[in-house]
Amino acid sequence: MSFDKFGKISYISESKVADFVKYLNEGKIMATRCNKCGKLHFPPRADCPDDLSTDMKWEELSGRCKLLTYTTAHFAPTGFKDDVPYTIALAQCEEGVKAYALLSKDIDENEIRIGMKLQLIPIRLPDNRITYELQKA
Amino acid sequence: MMSVAIVGVGQTSFSRNCGVSIRELCFEAFRDSLEDINLMVKEIDASIVCSAPEYDKQRSPAGLISEYVGLTPKPTFYAESICSSSSIGVKVGYSFIKSGLHDIVAVIGFQKMSEISSAEVQERMGRGADIQWESPFGTMMPAGYAMFARAHMQKYGTTGEQLAKVKVKSGKYSLLNPLAMYRREVTLEECLKARVIASPLKMFDCCANADGASCVIMASEEKAKKITDTPVWVAGIGAASDTLSTTGRTNLTGLDCAIEAGRQAYKMARIEPEDVDVAEVHDCFTIAEIMAYENLGFCKPGEGGKLIEESQTYIGGKIPVNVDGGLLSKGHPIGATGGSQIRTIMLQLQGNAGKTQVDGAEVGLIHNIGGIGLYGNVTILRR
Repeated sequence: MSFDKFGKISYISESKVADFVKYLNEGKIMATRCNKCGKLHFPPRADCPDDLSTDMKWEELSGRCKLLTYTTAHFAPTGFKDDVPYTIALAQCEEGVKAYALLSKDIDENEIRIGMKLQLIPIRLPDNRITYELQKA
Repeated sequence: MMSVAIVGVGQTSFSRNCGVSIRELCFEAFRDSLEDINLMVKEIDASIVCSAPEYDKQRSPAGLISEYVGLTPKPTFYAESICSSSSIGVKVGYSFIKSGLHDIVAVIGFQKMSEISSAEVQERMGRGADIQWESPFGTMMPAGYAMFARAHMQKYGTTGEQLAKVKVKSGKYSLLNPLAMYRREVTLEECLKARVIASPLKMFDCCANADGASCVIMASEEKAKKITDTPVWVAGIGAASDTLSTTGRTNLTGLDCAIEAGRQAYKMARIEPEDVDVAEVHDCFTIAEIMAYENLGFCKPGEGGKLIEESQTYIGGKIPVNVDGGLLSKGHPIGATGGSQIRTIMLQLQGNAGKTQVDGAEVGLIHNIGGIGLYGNVTILRR
């Protein structure tokens, strides 16, 4: 699966970490770990900026995370207008990395609390597209 | 060591739809900057043209603008750091003069945001974030700053009312700025009742797109004294960057690039935050002004909301901020904004700020941010 299947709108199609989408399709959210310095990268990177190594391995995230901050957007850029309002969130994953994703529409806006436990989960979108979202843990 | 001065500043009025071409817009700011100073166009050694290219129809506008204002065959090029493009232009201009490469440099900033259709604007809005990992979630500028606002509220108890008070101040001073796009007072109630753009930010928490141009003329110490009796000196310049990705950030309640740029500028100018008499900060959103108070050391982290609540950033307060109405009232023609901020501080330090004059202002600070805390620029000027 090419990277252009990632997200509601993908602006790029080629990436060394395009396999991320293949793993997502298998139900796994993958990070990369530098084989040289051991640093974990999410979103995944093909190249480590700490030691300039390109020797990386895929590693699955547990998806367990906590909400750091969020906003509910009532205006949207091209391609997202039919989705408003939607909540964009930043979460702290238990592995130490952060995840940027939409909060599931199943969570009522009044229920949202910074610090709440969430689960990062792959979800399928129309037209054979795929992404991940943050759901209630 | 030779100093570098600002000898002239100019600006067009900022408007929703200027109705003229970008060359004409820039000409107006350029001509304004040369008014009342003793400088001929042909004496300018180089120009730096600043805008955000995603709004330009003209490819490589520097050559066009340079030609139209009569600077050909002097060297010219384009500088960009989104909303802080003209501040980075001033930094480069400073380096040119300090190095001895050039004596007199024009920094021309512009943006005609009405140049492209609103559908095109919407499309570009989505690409301001990391296009591989964050834009696919439908993010945009207000959402990015809104996430900082939410985190700030959570950590420090900052309120929507405190955010609104930044806009109330902006509206009050907009009446005194004939070049501002929105010239009207806004009540606290109006702000609080306005529709939500990206929670917790409402309509009046956000600045608006605009058309406009600005121009800053910089000169070496020797030339400056011949050009004007009232040069203003560049005392400190700081610049830093942060990650484009939100996931790369560690600070969600302040802009680290602004803290670092401020630290550099204060160190270079050998002053402390309390030495600043008047400041222009990048209030693209109300929360941005509150974070700027804290990041620049005008108050402690978390006390920005209290600072505006106590009206300490009005004229007569501890540190007057954005007494020209700021981006919230002036409008934000991206590439022109930094130059407009510098113009306001220049007029203040020359004693030419009219009804918004801060008495005895000697040291002024400009805080100009590109993106959502992506590029931080702080410039300190001295009379």
